[in-house]
Amino acid sequence: MIIGNKNTSWKFFSWFFAFALMLPVVVMLLGSLNAASDLFSHLWATVLPEYISNTLVLGVLVALLSLCFGVPAAAIISQTNIVMGKQLRWLLMLPLAMPAYLVAYLYTDLFDYAGPVQRSLRTWFDWQSPNDYYFFDIRTMGGAAIVIALVLFPYVYMLTRTAFEQQDRNLLRASRLLGCSERQSFYQIALPLARPAIAVSLALVIMETLADFATVQYFAVNTLTTAIYDTWLGYSDFAAANALASVLMLFILFVVVAEQRARAGQRHQSSRPNTQQQRKKLSFTQQVIASLFCWFLVFAGFLLPVVLLLVMAFDYADQQQFLALIETGKNSIEIATYSATIATLIALILTLFQRLHQSRGRMLPLQISGFGYAIPGTVLAMAMLATFGPIDHGINDLAKILGFTAPGLILSGTVFAIVFAFVVRFSAIANGTLSAGLGQIPRSLDLAPASLGVKTLPALLRVHLPLLKSSILVAWLLVFVEAMKELPAVLLLRPFNFETLSTQIYQLISDERLEQGALGAILIVLFGLLPIILLNRQKDNP
Amino acid sequence: MLNKIWFISFVFITLLTASTHVAANAEVNVYSYRQPFLVKPLFDEFTKETGIKVNVVFAKKGMAERLAREGEYSPADILLTTDISRLIELHDKGLLQAATSAEMTSAIPAQYRASDDTWYALTTRVRNIYSAKRLGKIDFNYEDLADKKWQGKICTRSGKHPYNVALVASMIAEHGEADTLTWLEKVKANLARKPQGSDRAQVQAIHQNLCDLSLGNSYYFGNMLKDEKQKVWADAVYINFPNQNNRGAHVNISGMAMAKYAPNQSNALALMNFLVSEPAQKMYAETNMEYPVRPGVEPSKLVKSWGQFKADNLSLETIAQQRKAALILLDKAQFDL
Repeated sequence: MIIGNKNTSWKFFSWFFAFALMLPVVVMLLGSLNAASDLFSHLWATVLPEYISNTLVLGVLVALLSLCFGVPAAAIISQTNIVMGKQLRWLLMLPLAMPAYLVAYLYTDLFDYAGPVQRSLRTWFDWQSPNDYYFFDIRTMGGAAIVIALVLFPYVYMLTRTAFEQQDRNLLRASRLLGCSERQSFYQIALPLARPAIAVSLALVIMETLADFATVQYFAVNTLTTAIYDTWLGYSDFAAANALASVLMLFILFVVVAEQRARAGQRHQSSRPNTQQQRKKLSFTQQVIASLFCWFLVFAGFLLPVVLLLVMAFDYADQQQFLALIETGKNSIEIATYSATIATLIALILTLFQRLHQSRGRMLPLQISGFGYAIPGTVLAMAMLATFGPIDHGINDLAKILGFTAPGLILSGTVFAIVFAFVVRFSAIANGTLSAGLGQIPRSLDLAPASLGVKTLPALLRVHLPLLKSSILVAWLLVFVEAMKELPAVLLLRPFNFETLSTQIYQLISDERLEQGALGAILIVLFGLLPIILLNRQKDNP
Repeated sequence: MLNKIWFISFVFITLLTASTHVAANAEVNVYSYRQPFLVKPLFDEFTKETGIKVNVVFAKKGMAERLAREGEYSPADILLTTDISRLIELHDKGLLQAATSAEMTSAIPAQYRASDDTWYALTTRVRNIYSAKRLGKIDFNYEDLADKKWQGKICTRSGKHPYNVALVASMIAEHGEADTLTWLEKVKANLARKPQGSDRAQVQAIHQNLCDLSLGNSYYFGNMLKDEKQKVWADAVYINFPNQNNRGAHVNISGMAMAKYAPNQSNALALMNFLVSEPAQKMYAETNMEYPVRPGVEPSKLVKSWGQFKADNLSLETIAQQRKAALILLDKAQFDL
């Protein structure tokens, strides 16, 4: 512990940033206090029960499917000699690069009654109407859950695979010596050991699912977020919308707590784990099944959507779109860069504070600052306006009193609001990545510099930062990618004459003209690939 | 180092905000619910004529909330909407100011502007019933959509979409709440699938034989005909103007208003005058295949080819008043579920 209690500025900044990130949540909760109850009783009597049950069912289905996709994939890749295992190891992460709303649009378009798949079937078999044959309906709860899980399962896969790979093989060997079969030792030792990782990743998956709006909309599935939009935009009742958003936050809070409970007291770390892999040799049939399974996930979660986009881009792209792409791409990259940089810096301060400071409650700033991840983008955008609007007014009033020209809405009306919203929303990702990275650094290194008489900051700069370098890069890139993909907050907060890749794609999609935005979509996906490639490289050359 | 981090992020943030702050100088700021590609040609023309630069931010959701939060320091001068309800919402929240000129009063008929001059319609659009060509020409009333013979034959986007909400509001104004609820329940029972997608997607579904009828705004027909992929969809349907033998087809508007705290009032008025001028009306209607509100300005050739029609002369304000009731009925009928 090298930051003493006397180091108040670190403490101050940690709490300052934590509160800043928490502020929109507080504003949202306060805003919900004066919600009118008659609207609620109307909603409750009509649509709300179904919205809520839809939300819960969707959350559970996506979680289950992500488990069914992610855990077997992780086990196959980390513990067997599957053909092309080395390639599949990173290919299985690629679906993370796809924005869920885009995949949702592509799939609903593809498997819809009017889509190319059913159209071709009708032509081949000469069917005339939907009564002539059975085809699954993509725009259902099941369709939504499958597609969302296809994009989100890599969280489960990545974390679980890492957990498997870092397990102490000696434990497994011991279980074998004690008479367990291979299967028994997997189910009784390896899987329970990976439980914390599975829990974390499931929490992420569920949070993403619950806070989603655009994706479920394509599937005509109404969830709590639908109710939030209805009350706010339809009934123009912002307070009630806030109240519903708060309910959603409660759900998500429940997930977080459940996850932490599930992990409580589950630390199985050997000081020197034996991570020598002993891969199971698959029989031919097993090999085929395992390969089909993994390749299906890669194909459905990444290859197919990308091919669809490429075909569209090939058919429709022209010079004009290229030029527009430069402008909007620049805006996207700009806000993503700011957001990633600030989120990473704050995460660095908070995680180091949590690790090194001695004060009580040092965990709190880190935990508080991750809250924003649970807020749907649009609600967060509204919270931004509610938070910074008054501050802007104060600034302008003050300027007027002092005789300056009013500077205008320098916080709520500029890129600042977007970047702040992104930092609030994606801090959890940066925090998590850096916490994990820090966890790899032995605690003895915290103490060593102090015992050698080196001061705090130089010690951090020379010891911790170099060791954290790769985690910092990963955290930065993950936030960057999420910020490139984010849609609803930008849509509402952007200043004049400001288009990003995601807003442009959204507009074209709303006119059924995604073809003309395919180039931009491909660009988003390409950027999304960067952190994955990097993560993969790191794992291969530690 | 901590101070450095703090300092760097501070500088960062300041630069960031400073760089985006635009100096107020011969410009006008527009908050638009309309898509950029629809209004940009008009604004370019306006800038060419007057030298006034037009800044646009496009957003469908939450514009009124943003405007309200910004209050007296809002940079917005002009608001462009695609639906009467939005204009009335802005009006009711006290976010608009009266703006008038001889040009606007003479160009826009009284039924298409606010009695207190706070908003003006620019174009009108009809909520049409699209029908499969294979059925032949049929005269439709909106009421017919509840007829049992269309069971499993109707497609529509979400009932909660502003265009459908306005239609339901006009039904309430005509038939009262109880009958409208029954109508909604029957229409719902006739749907081929859960409400989903856009107005264009419904026409696509008709083209693919999934359903026979759909609700859709008039201009989508023209826009689909202009799109190489979507032309086949439009070719499969007739565009029908409902209720021609009685009250007329339900009409909605796109409109404009001046923001209460418009910082560039004279430029804003210049833009408003420009938008009601004959060439601008012609251009506006032409780009999005809508009907110009200024009498004497013809819609595009294509739009004209769909024929004359009778519009419901129910006042726009009445439609907006029934909006909340419409939403409640849509919930009661569980139309989207």
